[in-house]
Amino acid sequence: MSLSMQSESPRRWMLAILALASLAASAAVSTLTAGHPPRNDSEEEVLYLQSPRLLKALSLGYSGLLADIYWTRVVQYFGEKHKLRSRHYELLAPLLDITTQLDPHLTVAYEFGSVFLGQRPPEGAGQPGKAVELVERGIRANPNMWRLYMSLGFIHYTERKDYAAAAAAFARGAEVAGGLPWMKAMAALMAQGAGDRKTAVFFWQRLYETSQDKLLRDNAINRLKSLKVDEDIAQLDALQSAYDAKNHRKAATWQELIAAGALQGVPADPSGRPYKITPQGAFEVQRPQDFPFITAGLAGGRETPEKFVISPMVKQ
Amino acid sequence: MTARLFHIAANTFREAVRDRVLYNLVFFAILMTGSAPLFSSISIGIERIVMINLGLTAMSLFGIVIAIFIGIGLVSKEIDRKTLYTVLSRPVRRWEFIVGKYLGLAGTLVVNTAFMTLGFYAALFYVAHGLAGADLALLIPIYFIVLELLVITALAILFSSFSSPLLAALFSFAMFVIGSFSDDIRGFAGITHGAPRWAATLAGYIFPNFSSLNIITQSAHAVPVCGAAVLANTAYALTYTFAVLLVAVLIFERRNLK
Repeated sequence: MSLSMQSESPRRWMLAILALASLAASAAVSTLTAGHPPRNDSEEEVLYLQSPRLLKALSLGYSGLLADIYWTRVVQYFGEKHKLRSRHYELLAPLLDITTQLDPHLTVAYEFGSVFLGQRPPEGAGQPGKAVELVERGIRANPNMWRLYMSLGFIHYTERKDYAAAAAAFARGAEVAGGLPWMKAMAALMAQGAGDRKTAVFFWQRLYETSQDKLLRDNAINRLKSLKVDEDIAQLDALQSAYDAKNHRKAATWQELIAAGALQGVPADPSGRPYKITPQGAFEVQRPQDFPFITAGLAGGRETPEKFVISPMVKQ
Repeated sequence: MTARLFHIAANTFREAVRDRVLYNLVFFAILMTGSAPLFSSISIGIERIVMINLGLTAMSLFGIVIAIFIGIGLVSKEIDRKTLYTVLSRPVRRWEFIVGKYLGLAGTLVVNTAFMTLGFYAALFYVAHGLAGADLALLIPIYFIVLELLVITALAILFSSFSSPLLAALFSFAMFVIGSFSDDIRGFAGITHGAPRWAATLAGYIFPNFSSLNIITQSAHAVPVCGAAVLANTAYALTYTFAVLLVAVLIFERRNLK
């Protein structure tokens, strides 16, 4: 008996080692199979269960957890498509619809979801109408949640440029208990049809001050930095125009502007990097990817080139 | 009578605690609750909500599985092992046997839930970097889970008293599923007329109402629960459990054990 036990022991050890080796081999092979076949943006997207009511019934009362799972799926779907610089987000709206119907109180899905839906591709799905529908539904389910009125005003203001609707949303939000006083001021500014920079700075500063969420705060900082660059470039363009009027040519170096007394030194962008001046007398930022929302200071003129646009809302 | 009930309940508790199935399920429940911080970190802005939903859902679902899998074997095992005859040959009445078994398993589930609650609060502490006074309100959905387990245990014992373990498991699980739709059944009764209305109303009261006992989603959003709801749910769970145990006793007393 003891002999058979002695002969069993090495055999067991060998089997255990073999099992571990097989597991390690399968792990190594799995890294080779990752990314094959490569995913591309043109793949047809299918959502097998599209009915929120059916899903709610199938959840057997645990709809909250299912909503969380769907919300995680929304974030992953958006993040993946965004990484591919996709211009098509077909499943985003239905996924958000399912999430919010499974748990109508999941306000984060309305807040972030509306941003994902509303922003122009490839930053978002470019569906501001659906984003408005989503937030309006959120407000109906959570009428005392002032942040949803802010999200609604945000979409009307930034994506739809519908200042009257934005003013109405901010005004409604200001009336809600806990609503911030600056929303009333924002409503007044919107009512004046204020699509100017000062209004934008006011809005993003207040959003930064009142938001607890790091991603929203980072987004506000990015917006404010981009607005500062736009303002700097506008001022430099004005100086260049004055130099041109006096010298009948544009300055091609910083030294020329400094020597003319227009500047005291080489100006820097909000990240501390000096602006560039081109031989043609245009002004540019060194790293446009640091300022995803700038409309000036880009190589080749105004408007943000898509390749540099990154959404600050998504964890990369 | 009380002493006999206590002995049967204590033996059932000991037997359940020795059951490997219990430990496996408790292990998975704790694993699931413990992994909630991991799941919550991959989402945006809902770490605490995921933690509460996942933790309480694990507590509820695993509690139900434990109640069913242990409850269905309580009577049939005693018959298979012939130990039931030894018990009933003593001055123990059949109803005492059923009620004792029920109390033993219910006690096991309460102790299990208490341990899972500790694990849940530990995970919540980890995610939220502390606990607030408002977190105490989460004891209400946990209390409702206990009520849910008391009802499902009674149902498992009821089915165990007259059918095989496999059928008892099927019936118990079916009751859980139907009970989860009780709001829909009652809603259906409200929009129909005539015989379907009566049938749906009757079904709404015969099948257990698990809809009102599941407030996990609302609790994750700190929706307050009024004292009247707590009292009403407690009264409902206790009266329904009492009714189910009475039926189980009636069936078991008439059952031919030869």
